[in-house]
Amino acid sequence: MSKMISSKDEIVHPHGSNISQVSRRKFLGYAGAVAGFAAVAAACNKDDDDDNDGVNLGSGDVGILNYAYALEQLEAAFYERVVSSFYSGASDLEKEYLTDIRNHEVGHREFFKAAITAAAPSQIIPALEVDFSSINFNDRTSVLGTAKAFEDLGVTAYNGAGQLLSTSGNGPTYLLLAGQIVSVEARHAALIADLISNGTFASYANSDPNGLDQARTPAQVLDIAKSFIKTKINASNLPS
Amino acid sequence: MNFQNIVNEIEKVDPEVYDRFDSRRNAMKKFANLSGKLALAAVPMAVASMFSKAYGQTPAEVNNVLNFALTLEYLEAEFYNNIVGSAGFLTAPSAAQTALTNIRNDENKHVAFLKSVLGMAAVAKPTFDFTGGSGSGTGPFAGYLANYDVQLAMAQTFEDTGVRAYKGQAANVKSNRVVLTAALNIHSVEARHASHIRQMRRGRNNVIPAGQTVKPWITLKETGIDFPAANAAIQKSYDGEEVTTQAGVNILNLGGSFNTAAAASQGFDEPLTREQVLSIVTIFIAP
Repeated sequence: MSKMISSKDEIVHPHGSNISQVSRRKFLGYAGAVAGFAAVAAACNKDDDDDNDGVNLGSGDVGILNYAYALEQLEAAFYERVVSSFYSGASDLEKEYLTDIRNHEVGHREFFKAAITAAAPSQIIPALEVDFSSINFNDRTSVLGTAKAFEDLGVTAYNGAGQLLSTSGNGPTYLLLAGQIVSVEARHAALIADLISNGTFASYANSDPNGLDQARTPAQVLDIAKSFIKTKINASNLPS
Repeated sequence: MNFQNIVNEIEKVDPEVYDRFDSRRNAMKKFANLSGKLALAAVPMAVASMFSKAYGQTPAEVNNVLNFALTLEYLEAEFYNNIVGSAGFLTAPSAAQTALTNIRNDENKHVAFLKSVLGMAAVAKPTFDFTGGSGSGTGPFAGYLANYDVQLAMAQTFEDTGVRAYKGQAANVKSNRVVLTAALNIHSVEARHASHIRQMRRGRNNVIPAGQTVKPWITLKETGIDFPAANAAIQKSYDGEEVTTQAGVNILNLGGSFNTAAAASQGFDEPLTREQVLSIVTIFIAP
Protein backbone atom coordinates (compact mmCIF):
# COMPACT_ATOMS: atom_id res chain seq x y z
CA MET A 1 0.00 0.00 0.00
CA SER A 2 2.69 2.47 0.95
CA LYS A 3 4.17 2.08 -2.48
CA MET A 4 1.07 3.76 -3.85
CA ILE A 5 2.05 6.89 -2.00
CA SER A 6 5.55 7.01 -3.35
CA SER A 7 4.94 6.13 -6.95
CA LYS A 8 3.99 9.10 -9.09
CA ASP A 9 2.17 7.03 -11.62
CA GLU A 10 -0.24 5.72 -9.06
CA ILE A 11 -1.05 9.01 -7.36
CA VAL A 12 -4.52 9.67 -8.60
CA HIS A 13 -6.90 12.21 -7.20
CA PRO A 14 -10.14 10.60 -6.01
CA HIS A 15 -11.93 12.65 -8.63
CA GLY A 16 -9.60 11.48 -11.33
CA SER A 17 -7.16 14.36 -11.74
CA ASN A 18 -3.50 14.08 -10.90
CA ILE A 19 -2.22 16.04 -7.98
CA SER A 20 -0.24 19.02 -9.10
CA GLN A 21 3.44 18.26 -9.23
CA VAL A 22 4.37 21.90 -9.65
CA SER A 23 4.18 23.16 -6.12
CA ARG A 24 5.16 20.21 -4.07
CA ARG A 25 8.36 21.90 -2.94
CA LYS A 26 6.56 25.03 -1.84
CA PHE A 27 5.57 25.10 1.75
CA LEU A 28 3.19 27.34 3.59
CA GLY A 29 4.76 29.99 5.74
CA TYR A 30 4.18 28.40 9.09
CA ALA A 31 6.49 29.49 11.85
CA GLY A 32 9.66 27.53 11.54
CA ALA A 33 9.46 27.02 7.83
CA VAL A 34 13.04 28.12 7.47
CA ALA A 35 14.17 25.43 9.84
CA GLY A 36 11.89 23.12 7.96
CA PHE A 37 13.76 23.62 4.75
CA ALA A 38 16.98 22.55 6.39
CA ALA A 39 15.17 19.58 7.85
CA VAL A 40 13.63 18.44 4.59
CA ALA A 41 17.01 18.52 2.98
CA ALA A 42 18.25 16.17 5.65
CA ALA A 43 15.14 14.01 5.77
CA CYS A 44 15.07 13.54 2.03
CA ASN A 45 18.77 13.23 1.66
CA LYS A 46 18.81 9.87 0.01
CA ASP A 47 15.98 10.86 -2.29
CA ASP A 48 17.56 14.02 -3.61
CA ASP A 49 17.93 12.67 -7.10
CA ASP A 50 14.37 11.40 -7.20
CA ASP A 51 11.87 14.22 -6.99
CA ASN A 52 8.95 11.85 -7.16
CA ASP A 53 9.32 10.69 -3.59
CA GLY A 54 8.20 13.98 -2.05
CA VAL A 55 8.47 14.51 1.69
CA ASN A 56 9.63 11.34 3.37
CA LEU A 57 8.04 10.73 6.76
CA GLY A 58 10.98 8.58 7.72
CA SER A 59 11.06 5.37 9.69
CA GLY A 60 10.51 4.07 13.20
CA ASP A 61 8.79 5.99 15.94
CA VAL A 62 9.92 9.32 14.50
CA GLY A 63 8.26 8.36 11.24
CA ILE A 64 4.98 7.81 13.08
CA LEU A 65 5.38 11.16 14.84
CA ASN A 66 5.95 12.82 11.47
CA TYR A 67 2.85 11.05 10.18
CA ALA A 68 0.81 12.47 13.07
CA TYR A 69 2.44 15.87 12.55
CA ALA A 70 1.41 15.83 8.90
CA LEU A 71 -2.22 15.09 9.81
CA GLU A 72 -2.27 17.72 12.53
CA GLN A 73 -0.87 20.25 10.06
CA LEU A 74 -3.75 19.45 7.75
CA GLU A 75 -6.39 19.78 10.47
CA ALA A 76 -4.86 22.93 11.95
CA ALA A 77 -4.63 24.66 8.58
CA PHE A 78 -8.24 23.77 7.88
CA TYR A 79 -9.61 25.15 11.15
CA GLU A 80 -7.42 28.24 10.94
CA ARG A 81 -9.10 28.95 7.65
CA VAL A 82 -12.56 28.13 9.04
CA VAL A 83 -12.16 30.43 12.03
CA SER A 84 -10.63 33.28 10.03
CA SER A 85 -14.01 33.77 8.37
CA PHE A 86 -16.90 31.60 9.53
CA TYR A 87 -19.39 30.18 7.08
CA SER A 88 -22.58 32.13 6.74
CA GLY A 89 -25.17 31.39 9.36
CA ALA A 90 -22.71 29.99 11.91
CA SER A 91 -24.30 30.08 15.36
CA ASP A 92 -22.48 31.43 18.39
CA LEU A 93 -22.21 27.90 19.74
CA GLU A 94 -20.72 26.64 16.49
CA LYS A 95 -18.22 29.50 16.48
CA GLU A 96 -17.24 28.72 20.06
CA TYR A 97 -16.73 25.05 19.32
CA LEU A 98 -14.89 25.56 16.04
CA THR A 99 -12.59 28.08 17.71
CA ASP A 100 -11.87 25.62 20.50
CA ILE A 101 -11.11 22.91 17.96
CA ARG A 102 -8.84 25.29 16.04
CA ASN A 103 -6.94 25.93 19.27
CA HIS A 104 -6.62 22.20 19.96
CA GLU A 105 -5.43 21.33 16.45
CA VAL A 106 -2.94 24.18 16.23
CA GLY A 107 -1.71 23.10 19.63
CA HIS A 108 -1.35 19.50 18.48
CA ARG A 109 0.60 20.66 15.45
CA GLU A 110 2.92 22.79 17.53
CA PHE A 111 3.32 20.02 20.08
CA PHE A 112 4.47 17.54 17.46
CA LYS A 113 6.78 20.11 15.98
CA ALA A 114 8.37 20.68 19.37
CA ALA A 115 8.45 16.99 20.30
CA ILE A 116 9.99 15.86 17.02
CA THR A 117 12.46 18.71 17.06
CA ALA A 118 13.52 17.63 20.53
CA ALA A 119 13.72 13.92 19.69
CA ALA A 120 15.14 14.00 16.18
CA PRO A 121 15.77 17.52 14.89
CA SER A 122 17.22 16.31 11.60
CA GLN A 123 14.20 14.17 10.78
CA ILE A 124 11.23 16.51 11.20
CA ILE A 125 9.18 17.03 8.07
CA PRO A 126 8.63 20.58 6.85
CA ALA A 127 5.38 22.48 6.78
CA LEU A 128 3.11 20.92 4.17
CA GLU A 129 1.25 22.79 1.49
CA VAL A 130 -2.46 22.14 1.70
CA ASP A 131 -5.08 22.23 -1.03
CA PHE A 132 -8.51 23.32 0.14
CA SER A 133 -9.77 24.27 -3.30
CA SER A 134 -12.55 21.70 -3.05
CA ILE A 135 -13.97 23.31 0.10
CA ASN A 136 -16.46 26.17 0.11
CA PHE A 137 -15.57 27.91 3.36
CA ASN A 138 -18.69 30.05 3.21
CA ASP A 139 -20.93 27.03 3.17
CA ARG A 140 -21.85 25.23 6.39
CA THR A 141 -22.40 21.88 4.72
CA SER A 142 -19.04 21.99 2.96
CA VAL A 143 -17.13 23.07 6.06
CA LEU A 144 -18.75 20.66 8.49
CA GLY A 145 -18.60 17.81 6.01
CA THR A 146 -14.89 18.35 5.58
CA ALA A 147 -14.42 18.74 9.33
CA LYS A 148 -16.17 15.43 9.90
CA ALA A 149 -14.00 13.73 7.29
CA PHE A 150 -10.83 15.12 8.87
CA GLU A 151 -11.81 14.25 12.43
CA ASP A 152 -12.91 10.73 11.58
CA LEU A 153 -9.74 10.33 9.54
CA GLY A 154 -7.69 11.48 12.51
CA VAL A 155 -9.38 9.03 14.85
CA THR A 156 -8.87 6.10 12.53
CA ALA A 157 -5.28 7.18 11.89
CA TYR A 158 -4.31 7.30 15.55
CA ASN A 159 -6.20 4.09 16.27
CA GLY A 160 -4.24 2.39 13.52
CA ALA A 161 -0.89 3.95 14.38
CA GLY A 162 -0.71 2.79 17.98
CA GLN A 163 0.37 -0.71 17.02
CA LEU A 164 3.10 0.70 14.76
CA LEU A 165 4.96 2.33 17.62
CA SER A 166 7.84 0.43 19.16
CA THR A 167 7.42 -1.43 22.43
CA SER A 168 10.64 -0.10 23.89
CA GLY A 169 12.48 3.19 24.19
CA ASN A 170 10.11 6.11 23.73
CA GLY A 171 7.45 3.94 22.07
CA PRO A 172 5.23 3.62 25.17
CA THR A 173 5.47 7.38 25.78
CA TYR A 174 4.42 8.10 22.22
CA LEU A 175 1.61 5.56 22.48
CA LEU A 176 0.25 7.34 25.51
CA LEU A 177 0.49 10.67 23.71
CA ALA A 178 -1.37 9.25 20.74
CA GLY A 179 -4.05 8.04 23.15
CA GLN A 180 -4.24 11.45 24.80
CA ILE A 181 -4.80 13.12 21.46
CA VAL A 182 -7.05 10.58 19.79
CA SER A 183 -9.72 10.85 22.45
CA VAL A 184 -9.82 14.60 21.92
CA GLU A 185 -10.11 14.01 18.18
CA ALA A 186 -12.95 11.59 18.89
CA ARG A 187 -14.67 14.25 21.01
CA HIS A 188 -14.34 16.63 18.06
CA ALA A 189 -15.54 14.00 15.62
CA ALA A 190 -18.63 13.28 17.69
CA LEU A 191 -19.45 16.96 18.03
CA ILE A 192 -19.05 17.70 14.35
CA ALA A 193 -21.17 14.67 13.45
CA ASP A 194 -23.84 15.91 15.84
CA LEU A 195 -23.74 19.41 14.34
CA ILE A 196 -24.40 17.84 10.95
CA SER A 197 -27.05 15.44 12.20
CA ASN A 198 -27.75 15.24 15.91
CA GLY A 199 -27.32 11.75 17.31
CA THR A 200 -24.73 10.53 14.81
CA PHE A 201 -21.81 10.91 17.23
CA ALA A 202 -20.86 7.24 17.08
CA SER A 203 -22.59 5.96 13.99
CA TYR A 204 -19.71 3.70 12.94
CA ALA A 205 -19.64 1.95 16.31
CA ASN A 206 -23.43 1.84 16.46
CA SER A 207 -23.45 -0.29 13.34
CA ASP A 208 -20.34 -2.31 14.17
CA PRO A 209 -21.19 -5.72 15.62
CA ASN A 210 -18.65 -5.22 18.41
CA GLY A 211 -19.37 -1.54 18.99
CA LEU A 212 -15.86 -0.59 17.90
CA ASP A 213 -14.50 2.44 16.11
CA GLN A 214 -12.36 2.01 13.02
CA ALA A 215 -8.60 1.91 12.55
CA ARG A 216 -6.79 2.70 9.30
CA THR A 217 -3.23 2.11 8.14
CA PRO A 218 -1.07 5.10 7.19
CA ALA A 219 -1.40 4.13 3.53
CA GLN A 220 -5.20 4.15 3.77
CA VAL A 221 -5.20 7.44 5.65
CA LEU A 222 -2.79 9.21 3.32
CA ASP A 223 -4.68 7.95 0.31
CA ILE A 224 -7.74 9.80 1.64
CA ALA A 225 -5.82 12.86 2.83
CA LYS A 226 -3.82 13.38 -0.33
CA SER A 227 -6.54 15.29 -2.15
CA PHE A 228 -6.11 18.00 0.49
CA ILE A 229 -2.31 18.03 0.55
CA LYS A 230 -0.30 19.37 -2.37
CA THR A 231 2.99 18.26 -0.91
CA LYS A 232 3.58 14.69 -1.89
CA ILE A 233 4.10 12.46 1.14
CA ASN A 234 6.24 9.36 1.05
CA ALA A 235 5.22 6.91 3.77
CA SER A 236 7.15 3.96 2.39
CA ASN A 237 9.61 3.82 5.29
CA LEU A 238 7.00 3.80 8.06
CA PRO A 239 6.77 0.70 10.26
CA SER A 240 4.09 -1.76 9.24
CA MET B 1 -3.44 -5.84 10.67
CA ASN B 2 -7.09 -4.85 10.92
CA PHE B 3 -9.01 -6.84 13.49
CA GLN B 4 -12.30 -6.37 11.73
CA ASN B 5 -10.88 -7.76 8.54
CA ILE B 6 -9.33 -10.64 10.38
CA VAL B 7 -12.57 -11.60 12.02
CA ASN B 8 -14.39 -11.17 8.75
CA GLU B 9 -11.88 -13.47 7.14
CA ILE B 10 -12.24 -16.04 9.86
CA GLU B 11 -16.00 -15.81 9.71
CA LYS B 12 -15.86 -16.80 6.06
CA VAL B 13 -14.42 -20.16 7.00
CA ASP B 14 -15.91 -20.38 10.47
CA PRO B 15 -19.27 -18.61 10.81
CA GLU B 16 -19.47 -19.51 14.48
CA VAL B 17 -16.17 -17.92 15.37
CA TYR B 18 -17.61 -15.94 18.27
CA ASP B 19 -19.40 -18.89 19.76
CA ARG B 20 -16.19 -20.80 19.78
CA PHE B 21 -14.58 -18.23 21.98
CA ASP B 22 -16.81 -19.55 24.75
CA SER B 23 -14.39 -22.39 25.12
CA ARG B 24 -10.73 -21.68 24.83
CA ARG B 25 -10.01 -25.36 24.23
CA ASN B 26 -12.48 -25.54 21.38
CA ALA B 27 -11.23 -22.28 19.92
CA MET B 28 -7.67 -23.49 19.93
CA LYS B 29 -8.62 -26.80 18.37
CA LYS B 30 -10.67 -25.06 15.72
CA PHE B 31 -8.01 -22.58 14.83
CA ALA B 32 -5.43 -25.33 14.67
CA ASN B 33 -7.61 -26.90 11.99
CA LEU B 34 -7.75 -23.60 10.15
CA SER B 35 -4.03 -23.09 10.16
CA GLY B 36 -3.72 -24.27 6.61
CA LYS B 37 -6.14 -21.63 5.43
CA LEU B 38 -4.98 -18.60 7.37
CA ALA B 39 -1.74 -16.73 7.69
CA LEU B 40 -0.27 -16.60 11.15
CA ALA B 41 -0.97 -12.88 11.24
CA ALA B 42 -4.65 -13.59 10.91
CA VAL B 43 -4.95 -15.02 14.38
CA PRO B 44 -7.46 -13.38 16.69
CA MET B 45 -6.46 -12.17 20.08
CA ALA B 46 -7.96 -15.06 22.02
CA VAL B 47 -5.59 -17.38 20.26
CA ALA B 48 -2.73 -14.94 20.36
CA SER B 49 -1.95 -16.28 23.80
CA MET B 50 -0.71 -19.45 22.11
CA PHE B 51 2.00 -17.35 20.56
CA SER B 52 3.13 -15.58 23.67
CA LYS B 53 6.74 -16.00 22.65
CA ALA B 54 6.04 -13.81 19.66
CA TYR B 55 4.61 -11.15 21.91
CA GLY B 56 6.43 -9.53 24.80
CA GLN B 57 3.65 -9.50 27.35
CA THR B 58 2.28 -12.70 28.81
CA PRO B 59 -1.29 -13.71 28.16
CA ALA B 60 -1.93 -13.33 31.88
CA GLU B 61 -0.91 -9.67 31.80
CA VAL B 62 -2.99 -8.98 28.74
CA ASN B 63 -5.94 -10.83 30.25
CA ASN B 64 -5.65 -8.76 33.42
CA VAL B 65 -6.01 -5.60 31.38
CA LEU B 66 -8.88 -7.05 29.38
CA ASN B 67 -10.66 -8.09 32.57
CA PHE B 68 -10.15 -4.63 34.01
CA ALA B 69 -11.71 -3.22 30.84
CA LEU B 70 -14.52 -5.77 31.03
CA THR B 71 -15.30 -4.72 34.58
CA LEU B 72 -15.66 -1.12 33.49
CA GLU B 73 -17.80 -2.13 30.54
CA TYR B 74 -20.01 -4.23 32.85
CA LEU B 75 -20.44 -1.11 34.95
CA GLU B 76 -21.32 1.14 32.04
CA ALA B 77 -23.58 -1.41 30.38
CA GLU B 78 -25.57 -2.14 33.52
CA PHE B 79 -25.85 1.55 34.28
CA TYR B 80 -27.37 2.30 30.87
CA ASN B 81 -29.48 -0.86 31.00
CA ASN B 82 -30.90 0.45 34.27
CA ILE B 83 -31.58 3.99 33.14
CA VAL B 84 -33.02 3.26 29.69
CA GLY B 85 -36.74 3.05 30.31
CA SER B 86 -36.47 4.48 33.85
CA ALA B 87 -38.80 7.20 35.12
CA GLY B 88 -36.09 9.85 34.74
CA PHE B 89 -35.18 8.71 31.25
CA LEU B 90 -38.82 8.87 30.16
CA THR B 91 -38.87 12.60 30.92
CA ALA B 92 -36.14 13.19 28.29
CA PRO B 93 -36.82 14.27 24.70
CA SER B 94 -36.95 11.48 22.16
CA ALA B 95 -33.58 12.38 20.58
CA ALA B 96 -31.95 12.05 23.99
CA GLN B 97 -33.66 8.73 24.60
CA THR B 98 -32.41 7.47 21.25
CA ALA B 99 -28.86 8.61 21.99
CA LEU B 100 -28.81 6.93 25.40
CA THR B 101 -30.24 3.78 23.91
CA ASN B 102 -27.55 3.73 21.22
CA ILE B 103 -24.85 4.25 23.84
CA ARG B 104 -26.41 1.46 25.92
CA ASN B 105 -26.22 -0.82 22.90
CA ASP B 106 -22.55 0.06 22.29
CA GLU B 107 -21.66 -0.73 25.90
CA ASN B 108 -23.48 -4.05 25.80
CA LYS B 109 -21.58 -4.91 22.63
CA HIS B 110 -18.31 -4.01 24.33
CA VAL B 111 -19.17 -6.41 27.17
CA ALA B 112 -20.01 -9.20 24.75
CA PHE B 113 -16.89 -8.51 22.72
CA LEU B 114 -14.51 -8.56 25.69
CA LYS B 115 -16.19 -11.66 27.11
CA SER B 116 -15.80 -13.41 23.79
CA VAL B 117 -12.15 -12.44 23.63
CA LEU B 118 -11.43 -13.61 27.16
CA GLY B 119 -13.49 -16.77 26.93
CA MET B 120 -13.11 -18.84 30.07
CA ALA B 121 -10.74 -16.23 31.51
CA ALA B 122 -13.45 -13.58 31.70
CA VAL B 123 -14.24 -12.29 35.17
CA ALA B 124 -17.84 -12.48 36.37
CA LYS B 125 -19.93 -9.33 36.52
CA PRO B 126 -19.74 -7.70 39.95
CA THR B 127 -22.84 -6.72 41.85
CA PHE B 128 -23.23 -3.00 41.28
CA ASP B 129 -24.70 -0.34 43.50
CA PHE B 130 -25.38 2.70 41.35
CA THR B 131 -26.40 4.73 44.36
CA GLY B 132 -22.67 4.92 45.03
CA GLY B 133 -23.18 3.29 48.41
CA SER B 134 -20.71 0.41 48.07
CA GLY B 135 -23.54 -2.08 48.27
CA SER B 136 -25.65 -0.32 50.88
CA GLY B 137 -28.09 0.97 48.27
CA THR B 138 -28.21 4.28 50.10
CA GLY B 139 -25.34 6.20 48.50
CA PRO B 140 -25.44 9.79 47.22
CA PHE B 141 -26.92 8.80 43.86
CA ALA B 142 -29.94 7.07 45.43
CA GLY B 143 -32.90 8.23 43.40
CA TYR B 144 -30.91 8.41 40.16
CA LEU B 145 -33.50 6.33 38.34
CA ALA B 146 -36.04 9.10 38.73
CA ASN B 147 -33.69 12.02 38.02
CA TYR B 148 -32.64 12.51 34.40
CA ASP B 149 -30.08 15.22 35.16
CA VAL B 150 -28.35 12.99 37.69
CA GLN B 151 -28.38 10.18 35.12
CA LEU B 152 -26.58 12.44 32.63
CA ALA B 153 -24.09 13.59 35.26
CA MET B 154 -23.31 9.97 36.11
CA ALA B 155 -23.09 9.02 32.43
CA GLN B 156 -20.64 11.82 31.74
CA THR B 157 -18.47 10.79 34.68
CA PHE B 158 -18.50 7.12 33.69
CA GLU B 159 -17.62 7.90 30.07
CA ASP B 160 -14.84 10.34 30.90
CA THR B 161 -13.47 7.86 33.43
CA GLY B 162 -13.61 5.07 30.87
CA VAL B 163 -11.65 7.17 28.39
CA ARG B 164 -8.97 7.82 30.98
CA ALA B 165 -8.91 4.20 32.07
CA TYR B 166 -8.33 2.75 28.59
CA LYS B 167 -5.65 5.35 27.95
CA GLY B 168 -3.85 4.29 31.10
CA GLN B 169 -3.76 0.64 30.02
CA ALA B 170 -2.63 1.04 26.42
CA ALA B 171 1.04 0.54 27.22
CA ASN B 172 0.21 -2.62 29.16
CA VAL B 173 -1.10 -4.37 26.05
CA LYS B 174 1.34 -2.68 23.72
CA SER B 175 3.09 -5.81 22.58
CA ASN B 176 -0.12 -7.51 21.51
CA ARG B 177 -0.99 -5.48 18.46
CA VAL B 178 -4.44 -6.94 17.94
CA VAL B 179 -5.51 -6.34 21.53
CA LEU B 180 -4.02 -2.85 21.51
CA THR B 181 -5.87 -1.84 18.37
CA ALA B 182 -9.15 -3.28 19.64
CA ALA B 183 -8.69 -1.38 22.91
CA LEU B 184 -8.01 1.84 21.01
CA ASN B 185 -11.10 1.22 18.90
CA ILE B 186 -13.19 0.99 22.09
CA HIS B 187 -11.41 3.95 23.68
CA SER B 188 -12.39 6.38 20.93
CA VAL B 189 -16.00 5.23 21.08
CA GLU B 190 -16.10 6.04 24.79
CA ALA B 191 -14.76 9.50 23.94
CA ARG B 192 -17.50 9.95 21.35
CA HIS B 193 -20.08 8.98 23.97
CA ALA B 194 -18.57 11.45 26.43
CA SER B 195 -18.70 14.19 23.81
CA HIS B 196 -22.38 13.62 23.16
CA ILE B 197 -23.39 13.30 26.82
CA ARG B 198 -21.58 16.57 27.48
CA GLN B 199 -23.49 18.26 24.68
CA MET B 200 -26.73 16.92 26.13
CA ARG B 201 -25.80 18.30 29.54
CA ARG B 202 -24.96 21.69 28.12
CA GLY B 203 -28.32 21.77 26.40
CA ARG B 204 -30.08 20.91 29.66
CA ASN B 205 -28.05 23.47 31.62
CA ASN B 206 -28.88 21.76 34.91
CA VAL B 207 -26.62 20.49 37.70
CA ILE B 208 -23.75 22.61 36.35
CA PRO B 209 -21.62 24.70 38.75
CA ALA B 210 -21.72 28.45 38.43
CA GLY B 211 -18.86 29.73 36.30
CA GLN B 212 -18.30 26.46 34.43
CA THR B 213 -19.28 25.73 30.84
CA VAL B 214 -19.73 22.11 29.81
CA LYS B 215 -18.11 21.45 26.45
CA PRO B 216 -17.58 18.18 24.57
CA TRP B 217 -13.98 18.23 25.86
CA ILE B 218 -12.64 18.52 29.42
CA THR B 219 -11.51 21.94 30.60
CA LEU B 220 -8.86 21.95 33.33
CA LYS B 221 -10.12 19.59 36.04
CA GLU B 222 -13.65 20.97 35.94
CA THR B 223 -16.32 18.34 36.43
CA GLY B 224 -19.05 20.53 35.02
CA ILE B 225 -21.24 18.83 37.62
CA ASP B 226 -22.75 20.34 40.74
CA PHE B 227 -24.32 17.55 42.74
CA PRO B 228 -23.26 18.42 46.28
CA ALA B 229 -23.85 14.98 47.79
CA ALA B 230 -21.24 13.50 45.45
CA ASN B 231 -19.05 16.34 44.24
CA ALA B 232 -15.95 15.01 45.99
CA ALA B 233 -16.43 11.54 44.51
CA ILE B 234 -16.98 12.95 41.02
CA GLN B 235 -13.96 15.22 41.26
CA LYS B 236 -11.67 12.18 41.43
CA SER B 237 -12.54 11.41 37.81
CA TYR B 238 -11.23 14.79 36.69
CA ASP B 239 -8.24 15.46 38.94
CA GLY B 240 -5.08 15.57 36.86
CA GLU B 241 -6.83 16.67 33.64
CA GLU B 242 -5.52 20.20 34.15
CA VAL B 243 -1.91 19.56 33.19
CA THR B 244 -0.24 21.72 30.56
CA THR B 245 3.00 19.79 30.13
CA GLN B 246 3.07 16.81 27.76
CA ALA B 247 6.05 14.48 27.45
CA GLY B 248 8.23 17.13 28.99
CA VAL B 249 7.03 19.81 26.59
CA ASN B 250 5.33 22.84 28.11
CA ILE B 251 2.44 23.29 25.71
CA LEU B 252 1.20 26.57 27.15
CA ASN B 253 1.69 29.30 24.53
CA LEU B 254 3.51 26.85 22.32
CA GLY B 255 3.75 28.37 18.84
CA GLY B 256 1.12 30.93 19.76
CA SER B 257 -1.54 28.29 20.38
CA PHE B 258 -2.86 27.01 23.69
CA ASN B 259 -2.66 30.55 25.00
CA THR B 260 -4.66 29.66 28.08
CA ALA B 261 -4.29 26.80 30.51
CA ALA B 262 -7.92 25.97 29.76
CA ALA B 263 -7.24 25.47 26.06
CA ALA B 264 -4.02 23.57 26.73
CA SER B 265 -5.79 21.19 29.10
CA GLN B 266 -8.61 20.58 26.64
CA GLY B 267 -6.26 19.55 23.87
CA PHE B 268 -4.95 16.47 25.65
CA ASP B 269 -6.91 13.95 27.71
CA GLU B 270 -5.06 12.39 30.62
CA PRO B 271 -4.71 8.76 31.71
CA LEU B 272 -5.67 7.20 35.01
CA THR B 273 -3.91 4.25 36.57
CA ARG B 274 -5.81 1.07 37.33
CA GLU B 275 -5.60 1.89 41.04
CA GLN B 276 -7.03 5.37 40.48
CA VAL B 277 -9.90 3.97 38.44
CA LEU B 278 -10.70 1.30 40.99
CA SER B 279 -10.74 3.89 43.76
CA ILE B 280 -13.26 5.87 41.70
CA VAL B 281 -15.61 3.01 40.89
CA THR B 282 -15.38 1.21 44.21
CA ILE B 283 -18.42 3.02 45.59
CA PHE B 284 -20.47 1.53 42.76
CA ILE B 285 -19.45 -2.05 43.51
CA ALA B 286 -20.89 -4.16 46.29
CA PRO B 287 -18.13 -5.99 48.17
